[in-house]
Amino acid sequence: MAQPNQIYMDYSSYCPIEPRVLKEMLPYYERYFGNPSSPHSFGVQMKAGLEGAREKVASLINAEKPSEVIFTSGSTESINAALRGAAFRNKEKGNRIIASSIEHISVRNTLKYLAKNGFEVVYLPVDEYGVVSVEALKGAMNDRTVLVTVMYANNEVGTVEPIKEIADIVHEKNAILHTDATAAIGKMSIDVNRDGIDIMSISSGDTYGPYGIGALYLRRGIRFEPLILGGGQEAGFRSGTENVAGAVGMGKAAEIAKAEMAQEAERLSKIRDRIIKGTKEAITYSFLNGHPTLRLPNNINMRFSFIEGESLVLSLDMEGIAASSGSACSSKTLEPSHVLLAMGIPHEEAQGSLLLSLGRWNTPQDAEKLLEVLPNIVRGLREMSPIAPPGVR
Amino acid sequence: MGMYTEKVMDHFRHPRNVGEIKDADGIGKVGNPVCGDLMWIYIKVKGDRLEDVKFKTFGCGAAIATSSMITEMAKGKTIDEALKISRQDVADALGGLPAIKMHCSNLASDGLKSAILDYMKRNGIKPPEGIKIESEHEDVCETG
Repeated sequence: MAQPNQIYMDYSSYCPIEPRVLKEMLPYYERYFGNPSSPHSFGVQMKAGLEGAREKVASLINAEKPSEVIFTSGSTESINAALRGAAFRNKEKGNRIIASSIEHISVRNTLKYLAKNGFEVVYLPVDEYGVVSVEALKGAMNDRTVLVTVMYANNEVGTVEPIKEIADIVHEKNAILHTDATAAIGKMSIDVNRDGIDIMSISSGDTYGPYGIGALYLRRGIRFEPLILGGGQEAGFRSGTENVAGAVGMGKAAEIAKAEMAQEAERLSKIRDRIIKGTKEAITYSFLNGHPTLRLPNNINMRFSFIEGESLVLSLDMEGIAASSGSACSSKTLEPSHVLLAMGIPHEEAQGSLLLSLGRWNTPQDAEKLLEVLPNIVRGLREMSPIAPPGVR
Repeated sequence: MGMYTEKVMDHFRHPRNVGEIKDADGIGKVGNPVCGDLMWIYIKVKGDRLEDVKFKTFGCGAAIATSSMITEMAKGKTIDEALKISRQDVADALGGLPAIKMHCSNLASDGLKSAILDYMKRNGIKPPEGIKIESEHEDVCETG
């Protein structure tokens, strides 16, 4: 946990594990062992843990059957498996894949791979708030479209996408809808039947579960080929001896999320709204990135003209506050956030973005502490900036 | 430990010689806010020495620290000495920079050179042979 003088507002980069989750997992390291595929009592015990976890994950997303949940090593693997598995298995139908232009880099890079392997990838524009254009999707759908991938909610700007509306359009052409729900899972209600989702990628780490485990929701009857071949575990869709302790942790995290999500979302969105309002009031030339209301309850993404995000993050760290930025200098690629650029935010403005992602251990006092230090930090950096107009603080 | 050395963080926390020189003898402007880094270096020349050096920078921690460091390194030096300060010298004086920051954010020596060239131009002084602005021949935004 964070020290008393530290404030962690970077839950979307890395989320700590829930003590209740860890407690549930420990017996699977300390007491139980055995291969879940074995018929002996050791294996049966492990199999029971694994299947119990599957039921809990299935229940969180309202899957019809637990067998529609396939455990993987995390969201990145789920995304790779989902996109490649659906595309290659259905390639006789056509080669068009449609994606939003604000997908996570694991989706973007998998799509680049598919584009090199004979698929035609069409990217849909988003509006100034990061909402995917449903009209553009209608225009891009054709009889050769095999797969559409749109994230449930965006990890950087928190915008929630109109998945149900998208699903209806996709299904009219008998195509498959995949959604990357990594940022949304455990933060808001996701119902694969209500929302019309065919394949969904989710992680455990982002919901206070352990890292190194995730899942793929695969609706029964969807034509799909596995990415990882081997001994045929997970109904043949993901081989390799199961990570039972990890699955048990993910299951427990899903159970807690299901029980507490609504209340937690209400609590966090109050802190979120206080920070957004307080920041806008205290700092000139500060703007909210993303949608004002169709937004993850824990996401705050602001931008400040005339300054750069990494220096903002370093300055906040000196005050004990951990945050992220979408600036070029904050990324490994040295390019500013493709999400902000797709939303039409100019390059130099995208450099000044600050991402604060809240979680279980944030309190209303954290918001006040942030609002106490942030205006001074921005003022200091603007005083140093050659592009800040004279007098702008 | 963090990605930056203690020296970088010290210059970031307490940047030296921030600001403009109103009647500067030369101003160097390097970088591009689109890439995420922009540096303006101001110099005041007395005789053949840099009497004062100040900066204004838009950029990351490395950009601010290198700007601050170059003002300390250059102040009091002769113009010839100051022209010899390289990007590597600035990085070394800071105890090193992360590899990814060596190019895009390490513009301070170029900023200083360009301020000196501006001073020479204003005063009709021919710059010595072989002065090159190291970042000018790279497209610093295109690294990915």
